[in-house]
Amino acid sequence: MNWLPASVSGRSYAALLLVLAAAPFIFEWINQPFYLDLLSRALILGIAAVSLNLILGFGGMVSLGHAAYIGIGAYCVGIPSYYDYYNGWLHLALALSVSASFALVTGAISLRTKGVYFIMITMAFSQMVYFTFLSLEEYGADDGLVIYSRSEFPEWLNMDSSTSLYYWIFAVLLLALFFTHRLVHARFGRVIVGAKFNEQRMQSLGFNTYRYRLACYVISAMICSVAGMLFGNFAGFISPDIMGWARSGELIFMVIIGGVATLFGPLVGTIVFVLLEEFLSAITVYWHLIFGILLVALVLFGKGGIHGWLSRLDRKGADHG
Amino acid sequence: MADALLEIIGLNKHFGGIVATDNVNLAVEQGQIHAIIGPNGAGKTTLISQLSGQLKPDSGDIRFGGHSIVNDSTARRARLGLARSFQITSVVMPMTLLENVMLAVQASSGHSFRFWSPVSQDRDMAAAAMSSLAEVGLESRARQVAANVSHGEQRQLEVAMALAMKPRMLLLDEPMAGMGKEEGALMVDILNRLKGDMTILLVEHDMDAVFSMADQLSVLVNGHIIATDSVASIRNNPAVQKAYLGDGHA
Repeated sequence: MNWLPASVSGRSYAALLLVLAAAPFIFEWINQPFYLDLLSRALILGIAAVSLNLILGFGGMVSLGHAAYIGIGAYCVGIPSYYDYYNGWLHLALALSVSASFALVTGAISLRTKGVYFIMITMAFSQMVYFTFLSLEEYGADDGLVIYSRSEFPEWLNMDSSTSLYYWIFAVLLLALFFTHRLVHARFGRVIVGAKFNEQRMQSLGFNTYRYRLACYVISAMICSVAGMLFGNFAGFISPDIMGWARSGELIFMVIIGGVATLFGPLVGTIVFVLLEEFLSAITVYWHLIFGILLVALVLFGKGGIHGWLSRLDRKGADHG
Repeated sequence: MADALLEIIGLNKHFGGIVATDNVNLAVEQGQIHAIIGPNGAGKTTLISQLSGQLKPDSGDIRFGGHSIVNDSTARRARLGLARSFQITSVVMPMTLLENVMLAVQASSGHSFRFWSPVSQDRDMAAAAMSSLAEVGLESRARQVAANVSHGEQRQLEVAMALAMKPRMLLLDEPMAGMGKEEGALMVDILNRLKGDMTILLVEHDMDAVFSMADQLSVLVNGHIIATDSVASIRNNPAVQKAYLGDGHA
């Protein structure tokens, strides 16, 4: 299938998932609990990047406002907790429904536009959310909001320890990946991908592309809100900063670094992004400079991101073998 | 006309000061191939685009199967059974021919808010798509990516996609545009086989092809239809010869 980027042998990604599954044990063994924190954060952003890739990569809708849904998800934990409502199902249901409603309304307006205008309008809507939370004194405004206790789930599903929270994140990530995989190859996905390449043709075939795109936008937002809900639990402290437009830009970078319109690319891109950020900032205070140069180099020379690079390695290997 | 499938009534379209469609009246009867000829810039593609809904007319009505469709979206008109092909090839280039035609089959088989079952394992849809590809002689190229096949094959693919929609009527905008002689002849064959079963409105430059296929001919000059008649009468119509065919042609 040419409309999906060249594939990478399943083994590389299966190995990645295995490592991720075993990570808490590995980190405990080498006695580095901090790495679990780092990886938890990476995987949360990974979920957000996977959700963004659904609209950006497969649907060709470049949103510069996706971090708003991380924020919405996080505040759907923070605000109920502020009133001592810790029920996890309530948090999850709120995150999903609020993000879906917001995505439905703003998506319905944004998707009337194309290209740069779509980028600008999604950013404008997300900044609206950002400034709304910035002005809510009751919930801490720019000082942020402390979440004293994690969302409460039945015992077997609790996320109280850092390991159980990690597996929560990992499970949601797997679900998001699996759902994306099914969706892209189902009828719905064909319409979304077809409209990315030739919307006029899809309309002439009888597809109301606007409606399918809107549905895709809402689904993507809902997945992203779960990342936000997990982030609220993970960080224990949230502020409007988590949904600034710079964060939305980072999400786009994560998707591009890993490989647009690939299943695992956004996840790999996010892990690389977070690790680079972490280690470069430990080496030098000027790490932004190095980081920037690396990003520019990757965009210029790394066609198809890390996924593209891996698939070329695969093919080379196959030629030699 | 009672048995007209498509009726165009008093259609007008301006782009600024340019009159692209000037009070066009036209009726296409069920089962006929109706061709529109006219010099470059006569407004043929503009007319087709108004019929398929990409462009909105300034005034006038378009009736399809007895109902006005002039306010319907492109997608809605397609679902009502009005399928179009484009003068400039418009397919989903990165997909294979089969995947392209499967999109058309998918479009005509209910909604696509289906998130779970892989399309690639839908045998019924693949079979329907293969039969449309066979109709235009492309079944052996089914697994090729659209971007990698010849221009002529892409044109055939457009027709296969239109057919796969199971339409009541085809709007074909220069299906032979840019084709070589052999490819053109193949397309004429394909369209001649559809003759009688399918209602077709055809815009085409190739006069020999038009004369060999069409039941009815309309001549469009400067956005206005100057004559509509049978092929034989049009050939001998002095006004048409003067306006379009030129002195040497008759």
